[in-house]
Amino acid sequence: MNKVERNKKYNEYVNSKKPKTRNFPTLIYAYIVGGVICMIGQGVNDTLMYVFPTMSIESANTWMLIILIFLASFLTGIGVYDRIGVFAGGGSIVPITGFSNSITSPAMEFKKEGVIFGLCVKMFSVAGPVIVNGVAISIIVGIVYLFL
Amino acid sequence: MLITYLKVFLVGGFICFLGQLLIIKTNLTSARILVLFVSIGAILEAFGLYDPIVNFASAGATVPITGFGRSLARGAIEAVKDKGVLGVFTGGLTATAGGIAAAVIFAYLFALLFSSKTKKY
Repeated sequence: MNKVERNKKYNEYVNSKKPKTRNFPTLIYAYIVGGVICMIGQGVNDTLMYVFPTMSIESANTWMLIILIFLASFLTGIGVYDRIGVFAGGGSIVPITGFSNSITSPAMEFKKEGVIFGLCVKMFSVAGPVIVNGVAISIIVGIVYLFL
Repeated sequence: MLITYLKVFLVGGFICFLGQLLIIKTNLTSARILVLFVSIGAILEAFGLYDPIVNFASAGATVPITGFGRSLARGAIEAVKDKGVLGVFTGGLTATAGGIAAAVIFAYLFALLFSSKTKKY
C-alpha cells in the first residue's frame, strides 16, 4: 500500500469516527442555551440590585460574573456542565461559564498527575492563551489611548 | 422588565450562535474560539462600539466572553486616563481581577473535591 492511499484511508477512518453532533440543530441549541445563561446572569444582577440598592452597576456586574463562575465550576465538578456542552456546543463555551469550565475541567482531569505539576499547571491549558492574548490586547489599547 | 430579558436572550444567544457557527464552519477548538471572542470584544470596546450593545442588552453582552475582553480594554483605557503610563500595565488585569481570581480559586477547590469521571459518550 503506498503512502497516498494509506493517508486517504486513514482520513476516511478519522472522519467516520468524528462525533456526528455538528449539524444544524446545534446552532439552535447553542442560541437557546447561551441565551438562557445570559438571562440567568441578568436575573442574578437584578436580584443583587434589589437586595443591595446602593451597589454600583460595575460591582453588581462583577458579583454576577463571580456567581456564574462559581455555579459553572460546581456543575463541572459534579459532571453536569460537560453534558450540557455535548449538545449546546458554542452555547456553553462562549459565555463566561465556559471560561470557568475550561479552567475547572483540565484541573480535575490532571489531578492524578499531582497537585502542583498536574492540577495547577494544566488548569491554564485553555485559560492561559485567553489571558495572555487578552492582556496583550489591553496593553496595546492602553498604549493607543496614551497617545490620543 | 420582560422586554429586558427578551433583549438579553436575543443578544446573548446570538453571540453564542456565532461561536457555534464558527465551530461548525472552521473546526476551531474551544480555546481558539475563546481567544478570538476576547480579542473581538476588546477591539470593539477600543473603538467604542461595545458600550452601545451593553446599554441595549446588559447581561446579554457582559456574560459572553466578549464582555471579558471589553472589561480588559475598558480597564486599560480608564487607568490610562487616571494614572498615565502605569495604567497601561495595571488597567486590564485590575478590571478583570475578580473574574480571574474567582475562576482560579473555584477551579482549585472543586478539582480537589471532585475527580473526573470517565466519559461514557
